[in-house]
Amino acid sequence: MWFYRLLLHLYPAWFRAEYAEEMSSVFVSRTARDGWAVAWFGAFQDLLITAPLVHLDALGQDLRWTARVLRQSPGFTATAVLVIALGTGASTAAFTLLDYVLVRPLPFANPSRLVQVNELVHTQQGPARNLASPPNFVDWLTTSKSFAFMGAYIAAPISVNLSGHNDPQRLETTLIQANVFRALGVTATAGRTFSVDDDAVGGPNIAILSHGLALALFGSAPAAVGKTVDLDNVAHAIVGVMPPGFAFPRRDVAIWRPLRFTPGLMGSRNNHILYGLALLRPGVSIREAQADMDVIGSNLQKSYPKENAQTGIEVLPLRDVLAPGSRTLIYAVFAAALCLLLIACTNLANLLFARALTRRSEIAVRIAIGAARERLIRLFLTESFALTILGGTVGFLMAIAIAPSMAVLVPTGLPLGATPEVDWRVFSFAAAITLATSMVFGVGPAFRSSRDADINALRSRGSGATGMDRIRAALVVVEITGTVVLLVAAGLLLKALWHVQAIDPGFHTEGVLTLRTALPSPKFDPPEVRSEFYTRVLQGTRALPGVSSAAYISYHPMEQFSGRTAVAPPGYTGALQNLPRGVRHFVTPGFFEALGIPLRGRDFNETDSRTSPPVVIVSESLARQLWPGQDAIGRIVQADGTRTIVGVAKQIAVRSLEGATDSQIYYPAEQMTMPSYYWPKDLMIHTGDPMALASAVRQIIREVDPQQAVSDLKTLEDLVGAQTAPRRTQLGVLGAFAAMAFFLAAVGIYGLLSFDVASRTQEVGVRMALGAMPGDILTMFLQRGLKLGVAGVVVAGPVAYAAARSMSSLLFGVQPSDPMVYATAAALATAMTVAGSLWPSLRAARVDPATSVRSG
Amino acid sequence: MDSTSLLPLPPVTFHVLLALADEDRHGYAIIQDVAVRTAGEIKLNAGTLYRSIQRMLEQGLIVETRERPSPEEDDKRRRYYRISKFGQDVARAEARRMTQLVKFARESGFAGGRA
Repeated sequence: MWFYRLLLHLYPAWFRAEYAEEMSSVFVSRTARDGWAVAWFGAFQDLLITAPLVHLDALGQDLRWTARVLRQSPGFTATAVLVIALGTGASTAAFTLLDYVLVRPLPFANPSRLVQVNELVHTQQGPARNLASPPNFVDWLTTSKSFAFMGAYIAAPISVNLSGHNDPQRLETTLIQANVFRALGVTATAGRTFSVDDDAVGGPNIAILSHGLALALFGSAPAAVGKTVDLDNVAHAIVGVMPPGFAFPRRDVAIWRPLRFTPGLMGSRNNHILYGLALLRPGVSIREAQADMDVIGSNLQKSYPKENAQTGIEVLPLRDVLAPGSRTLIYAVFAAALCLLLIACTNLANLLFARALTRRSEIAVRIAIGAARERLIRLFLTESFALTILGGTVGFLMAIAIAPSMAVLVPTGLPLGATPEVDWRVFSFAAAITLATSMVFGVGPAFRSSRDADINALRSRGSGATGMDRIRAALVVVEITGTVVLLVAAGLLLKALWHVQAIDPGFHTEGVLTLRTALPSPKFDPPEVRSEFYTRVLQGTRALPGVSSAAYISYHPMEQFSGRTAVAPPGYTGALQNLPRGVRHFVTPGFFEALGIPLRGRDFNETDSRTSPPVVIVSESLARQLWPGQDAIGRIVQADGTRTIVGVAKQIAVRSLEGATDSQIYYPAEQMTMPSYYWPKDLMIHTGDPMALASAVRQIIREVDPQQAVSDLKTLEDLVGAQTAPRRTQLGVLGAFAAMAFFLAAVGIYGLLSFDVASRTQEVGVRMALGAMPGDILTMFLQRGLKLGVAGVVVAGPVAYAAARSMSSLLFGVQPSDPMVYATAAALATAMTVAGSLWPSLRAARVDPATSVRSG
Repeated sequence: MDSTSLLPLPPVTFHVLLALADEDRHGYAIIQDVAVRTAGEIKLNAGTLYRSIQRMLEQGLIVETRERPSPEEDDKRRRYYRISKFGQDVARAEARRMTQLVKFARESGFAGGRA
């Protein structure tokens, strides 16, 4: 018999409570009449079938009841669903980004064994990642034992002109060794990738196209294989097309060509241009590979002390090749989203609490007529569950909808496509947080309401329940805290943006048109051919009405790709690493005038030719570093040969606004000593209305060389403005989260106080009957709201500071403790509290004592 | 509620309604009544019966009654059920529905008796 009773536990508790006694007595009667064998056989069969059915019956009833209740209060339902959708949608979207960029394995065959191998230069500021020179790389390759494959590729994108297919266009390419493809474990979708034979110097000109480019040029991947493309006027045979989505080393690369170590490339250990990509041998850890390379690095230091001083080798998981700022940003976005989710959830809990309170009478009636408490809890849980499922679904759809727009937050420097994919991982995350929300924030109200809903509720009709009040108030404090933290984060980012925008780049940005004519090699290899091109284009441009000056430079300001060179005083023999460095530019005469950069000494002019004495212009900071307190003009420096300084230019922000501290060194274009990478390609024109000139300048270039592609036509103002674009995006994302949090918290306060006022109408009536003025009542409720606001702000202080410190790499010098930002956030939170409290408080002040006391 | 809204009734529900048609009964009495009525063909088990009873209470087909038999016949653990007015209406509607079905079956020659 006891066993039968035990088996009855398969039924829900409320069912057992109701029928267990009778079922047992039926079972006893059955055993007596039919014998125990028949009775047990029947009982087992019966239990196994009906127990699940009873559970299902209850669920069905609960769902029907929930649907009815939710339909009856559409306002509540819509608010709750919206609140949950905001929270889950934002965090799912943020998770998608985080997972895509930082967590999920890279889309290659053996992602955990893929490493980047680069140089690590130990400077006074700490270790700095550096590119490797081809001779150093070849030594790595021949002496290392840790890698199954290691190949080199050129790190900076190389722009080429693609002609012969409609208008000439400019495309990003990279040079890459066959072993990189083998390490990545990728194959071509049509044709082939490179073989080791393709790395040999003197091989035919071949190229691999991206899937997108093959489609655009030839209609399909297989159609492209065997055709040719003209890159910088040199025909390249297409040997393969990569699959869609393949991105390496960056997602903007559309063409891969073989990297061949020509004698020229192998000539110098100072030519830092490449990264190594390697696949660890099976069973070799990163640490073992690092130890292997450490030995090689120190041997190279000994063998080539001048070039490799203080230079080690770093083995880095490919997944970790990401600037710390990008990483912090993604964590910040995710944290902000979780913060928003927390606020949304507390709001939901508060909504459910408030609702449970208004239904206390109904619950008490149900209990009085015999509903089991367990059954009531189930009802409440079903309700919060249904709400979170609805909200979670809406949120998940929202996340799918906004995922493509998050492409702006995916760093371009990773071997990843632009659009984060929403897949089962993301779906699982969304489902998990939705369930967690439902459990954590639905269970509390369910238990509380069923416990509080005793028979007393029938009599007291809603007053009291101070324990629940406290919980609800605490939840509102949590909301305000979260809001203040988000406001502080957004405020600090805003201030950092202002700081960056306020940076004086050192040149005038207004009225400057810039465009790029990247001259192809070998057509422009002869210096006189280049000179003629520059001269004719500049002469034509300067003759245009409204143009005050024009010049060419190797890379326009705000371009990341101009390299830095060590600058030495005469006779220096020490290590290159200890020398000051300048960002290297080759310019035509008139550059300083075109950009309005103050210059002491003289500008380059027509007398600075290939045969005249080599000259150079340095920036103030470089002059100061070399000869502190003395005039640099007329002095000799070693910088790509021995040169005389003829001018000192004001410091300008070159590679980026935020990197304004880089020094500069300018060479005359005519005395060009560097490969085509440094050839002047960016035309800068100072005029009144830059964009009005565009077509006239294009026409001039077409007349000079009809095959020359023109690209990147922009105003300098836009280029400088684009510098702050990532910051504006960051601010936009965090600002949107803060705004949503602000709104949700205001709704939370409003909801709490509205409910307060409604449940204390009677008390307010009594107070007024006893002489309280409407003003006193207003103050009473406003004070309650303000207390919560102040509590939230106080709790938020340290939390916000901790958050701000962790994102200090994004703050560009703004202190994580910036008092203005905290004061503003606190003021906003207080204003929000007052705004949320005002309407309910006014309603309380308008209570008619006679009616309210009678109605109680 | 409309008496046809629950049709067709599950067989167990209909049998319980039939068992309660003439007198209030407790659970085991219902099982016995059904067994006798069907000549032992349907022997309800406890789970099946009480799942039905629970649903029928929710649907308002039956009610629990407080009237109890004389103390010497009573077992305190037992609960007695009575068919409601609504339950009677539903049982009648179900009977009509089945009669109609049988009539159709006869007309088609699937069942014996007069067409």
